[in-house]
Amino acid sequence: MAVKVLTGNHAVAEAVRLSRVKVVSAYPITPQTTIVEKLSEYIEKRVMDAEMIRVESEHSALAAAMGAAAAGVRAFTATSSHGLLYMHEVVWWVAGARIPLVMAVVTRAIGPPWNIHVDHQDIMDQRDTGWIIAMAEDNQEVLDLVIQAFRISEDPRVYLPVMVGLDGFILSHTSAPVDVPDDTEVDSWLPPRRQPYVISPETGLVMGNIAPDEEYFLMRYSMHKAMEKARDVIKKVDIDYGETFGRSYGGLIECFMCNDADYFILLTGSWAGEAKIAAKKAREIGYRIGVARIRFIRPWPREELLELSSRAKGVLVFDRSISFGSTGQLFSDTASTLGIGSTSMIGVIAGLGGVDVTAEDFLSVSLKFIERVEEEGRVYEPVYWHLPERVRDKIVKPVMPLSRGDS
Amino acid sequence: MADYPTSLPIEEPRTLFKAPLSMPSPGASGVTGFWRTMKPVINEDKCIKCILCWLYCPEDTIIRRDDDSVYVDYEYCKGCGICADVCPVNAIEMVREVV
Amino acid sequence: MMAVRLKELPRRRYGQPGNAACPGCPETMGLRYLKMALGDDAVLVVPASCISVIQGIYPRSGINFPILNTVFAAAASTAAGMSAGFRLRGMDNVKVVVYAGDGGTADIGLQAISGAAERNDDILYICVDNEAYMNTGIQRSSATPYGAWTTTTVTGKTEQKKNVPLILISHGVPYVATASVGYPLDFIEKVRKASQIKGFKYIHLLAPCPIGWRFDPSLTAKMAQLAVKTGFFPLYEYYKGKLTISPPSRPFRDPKRRTPLIEYLKLQGRYRHILNDPNALKRIEEYIDEQWRWLNLLESTNGH
Repeated sequence: MAVKVLTGNHAVAEAVRLSRVKVVSAYPITPQTTIVEKLSEYIEKRVMDAEMIRVESEHSALAAAMGAAAAGVRAFTATSSHGLLYMHEVVWWVAGARIPLVMAVVTRAIGPPWNIHVDHQDIMDQRDTGWIIAMAEDNQEVLDLVIQAFRISEDPRVYLPVMVGLDGFILSHTSAPVDVPDDTEVDSWLPPRRQPYVISPETGLVMGNIAPDEEYFLMRYSMHKAMEKARDVIKKVDIDYGETFGRSYGGLIECFMCNDADYFILLTGSWAGEAKIAAKKAREIGYRIGVARIRFIRPWPREELLELSSRAKGVLVFDRSISFGSTGQLFSDTASTLGIGSTSMIGVIAGLGGVDVTAEDFLSVSLKFIERVEEEGRVYEPVYWHLPERVRDKIVKPVMPLSRGDS
Repeated sequence: MADYPTSLPIEEPRTLFKAPLSMPSPGASGVTGFWRTMKPVINEDKCIKCILCWLYCPEDTIIRRDDDSVYVDYEYCKGCGICADVCPVNAIEMVREVV
Repeated sequence: MMAVRLKELPRRRYGQPGNAACPGCPETMGLRYLKMALGDDAVLVVPASCISVIQGIYPRSGINFPILNTVFAAAASTAAGMSAGFRLRGMDNVKVVVYAGDGGTADIGLQAISGAAERNDDILYICVDNEAYMNTGIQRSSATPYGAWTTTTVTGKTEQKKNVPLILISHGVPYVATASVGYPLDFIEKVRKASQIKGFKYIHLLAPCPIGWRFDPSLTAKMAQLAVKTGFFPLYEYYKGKLTISPPSRPFRDPKRRTPLIEYLKLQGRYRHILNDPNALKRIEEYIDEQWRWLNLLESTNGH
């Protein structure tokens, strides 16, 4: 074990190296780029015994990784934002093929207008694809999750691909000390590649020809069952990892000051750090707020949230993305889990396009919500746009007329 | 060929593992001989054993004997008639199927 | 490389009967020749195409190759990854072969194939060109020739056929060839030769489709030969920077020796509406001349 100062992206690269990945195929996109650069360097300098396929698009990046994985080797790719959307078709294909694979997603806003900063719209867009989707809070967790992702993906009870999300710039480009395990430690913790099948002359198998509707239906059922099983596998892997490397995070969610909390902030990603500061400040002024950080968006931490909410007066869900015309994605999943019943709920949309959300923001929104719950008894507000002052300022600025012809 | 991998055995605890995996097998789309409206009939007296019919048959339903004379696998022959068309000595006649 | 002799091909079944291909399908012809050329060491990568359908229905497959089916636009990149995977596992004997249609090659897959060609990924890419989107019901592709009827060019296509082999030659890949299911031994020889070369290999296989071209299914082989004999589809290979006209096409370098174009067109219902249109016929003749001008030009640079 050695402590290195690493950006989130370099933590990904270290983890990929440690996981003995054999084929990396990737296409650069801000803010994922430095992952590709570092892995290229590792492979060219033979720090890693692997092949780098410098593909011409993200669509090809994941397709090539799938091809390699289907041939029987550990494969990895990484992308972000528009790259992830561009490969969306292949994202589905890989999951349906049940090919274990790991992809890092450096979360970023989607255009237009162009915006390279963090939000979660890109990764939320992948929720339904059959991938296991994890989100890290800090660079250490980035490294840990990538290594764990291979073990989860290649577990015979799962055999589904895994996405590891890390917030653009906030993690990807920010350096922090990271405990990097020794090669030998990871070698003994991460079993050799396992996968359900290989497409080769030896097996003679064919993957993906037309299936009758009923068989197709059952394959979808099988994916869902695997996702359900993955809950246990994820928890077990988290514990095992902790026993070997000294870090466990709590499985599908990580709880902060949850034990006696009356209210919960529920969110995912790096901004949990600010939420935790807010929770501490709230204690100082007499409010018990806990932070439940969702580490795995898929499979959804259903049991964990039910357990938490059973003793909560209210839940604040912070989404850094929105399903236009509906709610934030985490909110809709939360509401479907808790039901629109006794627990007060608010769905806060905040921090889109990289707008800073500070501990003060978390605290003020939380206190306002608590005040309302205490007054009204029960609050159910699925969409609440948190527009901080620097955003609201822009509203009063004159805008371009829609059409010159109208005037 | 192995059995069709409709469900593969995996480690405990068991889950239904059903991936879109198939195995090549003759007759995968049924007994395609039933599609035929015209059937090729080989006149062995005329045949010069050039095996062009064997070469061009898209279905692999012209079978070569050791002496390179040929016969038709009527179970799967779709009756396209390419064999008759490429035969340089008109030794293959396309005859209407009688139902 | 030894010439392939018909009688020396071992007696075994190379195709797999009972598949879902239409009667007279050129694509299953191509698959048989592929098996004759490569034996059982090949793995196919297949994007959305007629080949996806010919495999038939899970859990069986009508094609006797291991196949990784993949998304429409990414056959070349899927194969590139697969080839890397086998190489890293020390399975160098396994040949990764893309078997894609003209839509998956000339249109939606062009970016991926260009990427794989530029990287010189170790794959053999075979474009089975039936000159339209036959699987979805005969819509025009960029490989549909001028004048041809399709369901999206009901009065005939107004643009010429895209020349994908030339695009790949310009990528500087080690091997590019054209072939026709009408000349199986030539195709088999090219596949064998290509499979011995490391890097990106491309073979553009003309595959006349009875359904889409509107001709009797017994004429698939003849049509594939007429395309060559009229000079419409010249067979050649480009290897180590040298272009060679292949033996079946050599006599037809001389326009006087070519079969009249009309003999090819009149057998195909898709050209019916232009058979009496001298201007349209002239444009097809011009297309043929253009092909040969390119080939002569490339040939003239051999050895320089």
